[in-house]
Amino acid sequence: MTSVANRAAATGWVLLIFLAWLIAYPLVLVLIEGFRGSHGWTLEYVNLFLQRRNEAQALWGSLWISVVTVALAAVIGVPLAYLFWRYDFPGRRLLGGLVALPAVLPPLVGVIAFLFLYGESGFTSLLVQWLFRLEEPPWRLQGAAAILLVHAYSMYVYFYLFTRAGLASLDGAVFEAAASLGAGRWRTLRRVVFPLLYPALGGGALLTFMTSLASFSAPYIFGGGFRVMTTQIVATRLNGDDQLAMIETTSLTLLALVALWLLRGAREAENPAGGRKGVPPALVPVRSRWLRLALMLLGWVLALVLLLPHLTLLLVSFVPAGTWTTEPLPPAYTWRNYLTLIEDPVRARPLLNSLWLATAATVAAVGIALVAGILSVRRRVLGRTAIQGLLALPWAVPGTVFAIALATAFSVREPLAGRFILVGTLWLLPLAYLVRNLPITSRAVVAGLRALDPSLEEAAASLGAARWRTLRRVTLPLLRPALVAGSSLAFVTAFGDFVTSIMLYTYDTRPISLEILSSLRQSDVGVAAAYGVVLMAVSAAVFAVGADQGSAG
Amino acid sequence: MSGFLQLEDLSKQFDGVVAVDHLSLTLQKGEMLALLGPSGSGKTTTLRLLAGFEVPDAGRVIVEQDDVTGVEPVARRFGMVFQHYALFPHLNVGQNVAFGLESLGVRGEELARRVAAALGLVDLAGFEHRRIGQLSGGQQQRVALARALGPEPRVLLLDEPLSNLDPALRERTRRELRELIHRVGITTVFVTHEQDEAFDLGDRVAVLRAGRLEQVGTPEDLYALPANEFVAEFVGRSSSIGVTVLGPGERGMRVGVEGVEWELTDGATPRLPPGPALMVVRPEALRLLQPAPGAIVGQVTQRRFIGTASLFTILTDGGATLEVSGPPRSVSPGDRVGVMPSRRAGGGIHLFPSRPK
Ligand SMILES: Nc1ncnc2c1ncn2[C@@H]1O[C@H](COP(=O)(O)OP(=O)(O)OP(=O)(O)O)[C@@H](O)[C@H]1O
Ligand SMILES: [Mg+2]
Repeated sequence: MTSVANRAAATGWVLLIFLAWLIAYPLVLVLIEGFRGSHGWTLEYVNLFLQRRNEAQALWGSLWISVVTVALAAVIGVPLAYLFWRYDFPGRRLLGGLVALPAVLPPLVGVIAFLFLYGESGFTSLLVQWLFRLEEPPWRLQGAAAILLVHAYSMYVYFYLFTRAGLASLDGAVFEAAASLGAGRWRTLRRVVFPLLYPALGGGALLTFMTSLASFSAPYIFGGGFRVMTTQIVATRLNGDDQLAMIETTSLTLLALVALWLLRGAREAENPAGGRKGVPPALVPVRSRWLRLALMLLGWVLALVLLLPHLTLLLVSFVPAGTWTTEPLPPAYTWRNYLTLIEDPVRARPLLNSLWLATAATVAAVGIALVAGILSVRRRVLGRTAIQGLLALPWAVPGTVFAIALATAFSVREPLAGRFILVGTLWLLPLAYLVRNLPITSRAVVAGLRALDPSLEEAAASLGAARWRTLRRVTLPLLRPALVAGSSLAFVTAFGDFVTSIMLYTYDTRPISLEILSSLRQSDVGVAAAYGVVLMAVSAAVFAVGADQGSAG
Repeated sequence: MSGFLQLEDLSKQFDGVVAVDHLSLTLQKGEMLALLGPSGSGKTTTLRLLAGFEVPDAGRVIVEQDDVTGVEPVARRFGMVFQHYALFPHLNVGQNVAFGLESLGVRGEELARRVAAALGLVDLAGFEHRRIGQLSGGQQQRVALARALGPEPRVLLLDEPLSNLDPALRERTRRELRELIHRVGITTVFVTHEQDEAFDLGDRVAVLRAGRLEQVGTPEDLYALPANEFVAEFVGRSSSIGVTVLGPGERGMRVGVEGVEWELTDGATPRLPPGPALMVVRPEALRLLQPAPGAIVGQVTQRRFIGTASLFTILTDGGATLEVSGPPRSVSPGDRVGVMPSRRAGGGIHLFPSRPK
């Protein structure tokens, strides 16, 4: 073996051990802790878990909410994608872009926007109350229905994007072949297009299901008496029943892994034809004038509905504290809320916190993903499957679970067992963000490396470029689109994180999401909304840069 | 004249780009027509206008006296083989072939029988349960053909049907395709940019340039009687040289070329008024000899062996480049030679009005 290969193998082992310690070890500890009582091993908490009705209900709630979310998201997202990416009519481009907008709304921000919009003291509710002179709010945004509403709104985007990509990857001649064989629109759709889109739809379903299973913000704010497992875990921990929380965490993890296993086909499914030949399908112009008009109208109504939460947030962010009670529209507006965010050091802190936490976590995640990617795709070191598996694991495991796992692993000092006290320090939160970012960045790096023709790097080597120079001058520049896309997604996720933050933050690291929550608790809706707008704007800007750079490669 | 399939004055523009320009063609029943032309000449667009995937800006498509211009592709009953075949990857071979038959309401035993018959036609009997991904390129091409022919369409359309096959396979497949189509007797239009293919498969060949029909005729006609300089140069090998038409002589047209005078005995040469003209010559219409009076003189710059003969490239003293065929080793690069019309030039020399500068 050459020294270069030796070095790669050694780095591979170090990386593997590090990832096992950071990702797998805390999960194992959670699993173990659930079976440990004050006098050694015990099944006490398992029994407790099995006996309590509300535990089963929470688990069942998580499951059925996720299944229904998948169905709703598909019913909205697939037809929309088909409409906007199969047919051509005025305004299609703009509207087709707007439809993907919920993607830039971090979960908690989406939830509070819905609260302001559809909540019992939100715009629509007040409007109805005012219109019909009602004494009471006409509805309460609570329980499973409210959660599903928010889920459907924020997650149809997955189906939309997957269907769009699936459509674009088809050979356009397939549509024409079906037509020339006498198949009408429906038969073509049913027999040809849908079957060809199955892999894409499967991908969308899996992503939606996992996201919904891990969803925390919506059930936390809107759940009321209705519990899903993520909120149940947090409640149990708040009660101090740490061991029971461990069992709950384990049950949720198992549910996620079983779902992943059942839907594994969706991840592996490839285009059965082995890639497209021919050209992507051309858009079908809508010829009938009335139909065009109807589609345009539909598109704009839709865009408005989709934009309403964003607009609501913006509007509320200008409302001075305590001025808006029962009027359908706020009576007064001010810049005050934004000024507070900048001027008041206590208010500005969470902004800076989220910025540095997300940046640090993203940079570290990209670095680790790069080393791991090069080692496993190019050097093909031993243990590369394990490395990539560990990197993907946090994707399958809900954020709440990782939060508990990290909090458990790093709450005692046992250096020999690889455990240190990080709880209550600055370091736990960025570590959690890092773990959650690893799947995103590593997937981007691996995809980028796979798409990169190795002969380019070989060419550089044959031109006498040393390993570092090849990396710096050839590999990294060519990987840039993938890196930018992956890191912008990672940054946005970390920047808006609520799930892990709520369990791991300290006063010094409190991020924006927590500040939104506390402003809301103090009925400071204007400030909460202003934070939300900042979060949304930064996410959108980073996304835009990511999309721009990602495509300019 | 009314044929089986008529294209009447078809025109199609894309955002101001003229793709098809007042194209008229008539096919008799069972005829096989090749659309030949350089890249971007509108071949594919013409085919898609026929299939109904594009709507013409003007003109009509008529089949069996039946105007189908506004008829959807679904209802046209035109079979099509796509350039990349567009086989449905999620259906097996049998299901692919059955697809069009099912549209016609064929079911059960009858369906199975007709699928088997269509597959038998392309020599793939018993392939019903194979997956598309398991087939070779040539087999995929034949499945696509069986699928198009299964519903017994009125017209068969083929877009560069052989372009996806490797050269060795192409020749064999071309022969099989010709036999099959003649056996079925279906009226066929196919697109190609290869002259060999057009000549070999087409009963007639339509030459397109920039969306316009330059000439349509049998391969023999196109070769021997090209309607214009473009066809003469595009179809078959040729080289061209500027000449001066002097007027009719005893046996043919007299032209002055690079200071010598030739009398072209060729009946095909259209009568041109005296003055500058362009002479397009097939390599076999010229012969090489020692520099002599009455011959154009030049230097051999290249020799290419093509089997029975060699092609010599001659740079004439007047600066023109001529391609002349001759016995394989008669001369070598560097030799000075004379060029004369060959004695049996039959159809190999054409005069056209000189190019406007
Ligand atoms: N869908 C379209 N939109 C815009 N322009 C088009 C479209 N289809 C064809 N064209 C243009 O029309 C002209 C004719 O194209 P066409 O594809 O018919 O040529 P072709 O003879 O088939 O060429 P090739 O041999 O390269 O396939 C070209 O200039 C092409 O750019
Ligand atoms: Mg073409």
